Amino acid sequence: MHTTVTLLADVPAQLLPARELMAFTLASHIILVPLGVALPLITLVMHYRGLRRNDPVALLLARRWSAVMAVQFAVGVVTGTVLSFEFGLLWPGLMGKWGGVFGIGFGVEAWAFFLEAVLIAIYLYGWRRLKPRTHFLLGLPLPAAALLGAFGILAANAWMNTPQGFTLDADGNPEDVHIWSAIFTPMFGPQYWHFVVAMLITAGYTVAGVYAVGWLRGRRDRYHRLGFTVPFTLAAVFTPVQFLLGDSIARSVFHKQPVKFAATELVWRTDTHVPEYIFGRLHPDGSVSGGIRIPQFDSILAGFTPGTKVTGLTSVPADDRPTPAQATLAHWAFDLMVVIGSLLILLALWYGWCRLRQHRLPASPWFFRAAACAGVASVIAVECGWITAEVGRQPWIVYRHMRIAEAVTATRSTSLWIMLGLVIVVYVFIFGSLLAVLLKMRTGWRLADARRAAGEWTDEPESDTPYGPRARVPADDPPSDGGTGAGPDEDGRP
Amino acid sequence: MADVIAVVLLLAVAAYACAGGTDYGAGFWDLTAGGAERGARPRWLIDHAMAPVWEVNNVWLVFVFVIMWTGFPTLFQTVFSAMWLPLALAAIGLVLRGAGFALRKPLRHLAGRRLYGAVFAIASLLTPFFLGAAVGGVASGRAVPGTEASAHAWSNPTSVLFGLIAIVATAFLGAVFLAGDAARYGAPDLVGYFRRRALGSVVALAVLAGIMLTVTRSDAPHVWHGLTHGVGLGLVILAGVCSLATGWLLLRRPGVWPRITAVGVVAAAVLAWGAAQRPYLIPTSLTVAEGAGAPGSLRWTGLVTLVALLLVCPAVAFLYWLDTHGELEPLSDTDLRRTEPDHDDPTELN
Repeated sequence: MHTTVTLLADVPAQLLPARELMAFTLASHIILVPLGVALPLITLVMHYRGLRRNDPVALLLARRWSAVMAVQFAVGVVTGTVLSFEFGLLWPGLMGKWGGVFGIGFGVEAWAFFLEAVLIAIYLYGWRRLKPRTHFLLGLPLPAAALLGAFGILAANAWMNTPQGFTLDADGNPEDVHIWSAIFTPMFGPQYWHFVVAMLITAGYTVAGVYAVGWLRGRRDRYHRLGFTVPFTLAAVFTPVQFLLGDSIARSVFHKQPVKFAATELVWRTDTHVPEYIFGRLHPDGSVSGGIRIPQFDSILAGFTPGTKVTGLTSVPADDRPTPAQATLAHWAFDLMVVIGSLLILLALWYGWCRLRQHRLPASPWFFRAAACAGVASVIAVECGWITAEVGRQPWIVYRHMRIAEAVTATRSTSLWIMLGLVIVVYVFIFGSLLAVLLKMRTGWRLADARRAAGEWTDEPESDTPYGPRARVPADDPPSDGGTGAGPDEDGRP
Repeated sequence: MADVIAVVLLLAVAAYACAGGTDYGAGFWDLTAGGAERGARPRWLIDHAMAPVWEVNNVWLVFVFVIMWTGFPTLFQTVFSAMWLPLALAAIGLVLRGAGFALRKPLRHLAGRRLYGAVFAIASLLTPFFLGAAVGGVASGRAVPGTEASAHAWSNPTSVLFGLIAIVATAFLGAVFLAGDAARYGAPDLVGYFRRRALGSVVALAVLAGIMLTVTRSDAPHVWHGLTHGVGLGLVILAGVCSLATGWLLLRRPGVWPRITAVGVVAAAVLAWGAAQRPYLIPTSLTVAEGAGAPGSLRWTGLVTLVALLLVCPAVAFLYWLDTHGELEPLSDTDLRRTEPDHDDPTELN
């Protein structure tokens, strides 16, 4: 991909590092998004169950998940703020020309985020002192705030895919902005629902996966059973829904962004009776090597009959479409996402069969092994979906209106490479720390459970989290810098 | 409409300067608190006071950007092109700061806490400096539309002074708020500790303001003129009065009032800068009218702001209400017993 990009004439040198930097920061941020968008909902479902059935185990789980929610939200805020800087640092041309047309979505997102931060603070601090019912009710708007935030971001991204809501003046600058139609663009609906359900599924499988591992290691108490079934059931119910939504968005792309569709399906020439390739590699002469070829299937998928005409990559000039390497990348990402989605459906069916027909959890350890991997697999699928959407749109930053090369900053490429290196170091540090904190929280909880079972006094689980309850004034002779809480000692790690 | 959105933008900047500034100030005092032993109590208070609301404040900055790119796209493009380096460094500072603070709390090893604490504190110092320097570059008119990234735009007397003033202003806000928190959480020794620091930073702020007025006279004449005449002068005087009032109130008893006057100092200073720039977004090359985006976008920016204020203000007010009414305070037996076992914890020494 690198060679093809630099070989193209009039491509500025800073384009490559700018793209790599944006891609790296976005790909990292996306890992945190499912837990940010969907974990509040999953936690509230568990919380509701705990209150309704007066179930202390469910309440304990909800409480611990709320702590995880807070930690990841804290890091998500930071990586999200970086993205808003990068719009200016990397793509000043985009924001300078089009910011007024599509930028409003980010405003909605910023305020939704504000609301979410406030609500999370109240929810996490309220466990002990607020009345249980009041506390739950104050948590209820959280999923709505998360959906509102996603609304803003997806509106902006969908606009870049199918821009509308403006007219161009004589100089080619946008005027007569109609925000309403700039927000509700043709791709917005399909993208939004596909995204929201993807977040729900990913968060559900990720959380359930943690308890699936515990289950496999022989921890088969009610705590693990409940921690597994509630998020897994939610995710399993939505998996088939996602399949339908995924099909619908692919069809929307076929109609609204035919060249992107051609790239994701490796269609070279506009034709009917187009074959479907599963994986495979596109060459500059239009031939496809490797992969599995299913005759006529692409036309059938796109329009339900073999006679459906599918637009090919060659329908536009070479510099208006993704390069063969980019098309291959988008195609692989797309196929990988579909494969993972199909496997998840099988897993959901397995689970549904056992639960509905036999009224029990599946007994096979292979089911739990698969369930333990489902979370990681869904995160990979989310990344693939994003790659498909963004690489498939190349070389356009605003589809058919502005090329990425026109939007990029004029800063020297050396600065950008240095910045990329710095950001990678910083992000490795942050994500490593995040993982360490989560693992440490888990160990702490496990020890707290063991002590509680032995009848000993234990620390409250949230006191270690960035949002945890605040410690009291330390005595005038403080034990040490770290001495505001008695924590789990690590020599007890299993 | 463009003028209204320009005022909204200025108010958002002022809100970030006050809310974010308080946060950065806490980081400044964390940095200067001394070694692990000596600085334990101030650091405890900083952790304690920042905990419930600490990173909500950064959303103000995101909102400043959003208003800039929807309302004044040219300004956004110009600022980010010309001030590339300081803004890139500020972004990295923001990441390190947030991560340092968030991830320090769960750590128990002293070495780890030191590392994360240092990251948090140093980033708290550098981020406001670079943001201030970028503002100074705008105020002195060095970021003309079309300017490419260059050191000239932000390494000049006005920019450096703006950066230093930003640091001192955050230190001032931080100290005033922490003095109030110390009183609220029953740590009388820390009240005096932070009161001394707040008074010291008021003096430093006054000195820097004096230097700035002499430097900007030749280096940023348009803003200098605005600051010494009319509305700008009125706001400068208001900031001065507020800082005197803050000092006096602090000496009597820290509480809510010195906070209000301290916020008044910073807000008045930011508004004075905004008033001094009129009618320019960037003196003297880009006016508000020239830089304004499409009327439709401006209307919607205003509408979104209004709706959001209606949603967010009650939520924030409610959070503060809960916080100040003890609903978010952990006053159970477990907390009372918490300080005991630390000495016996073998991992403390690792």
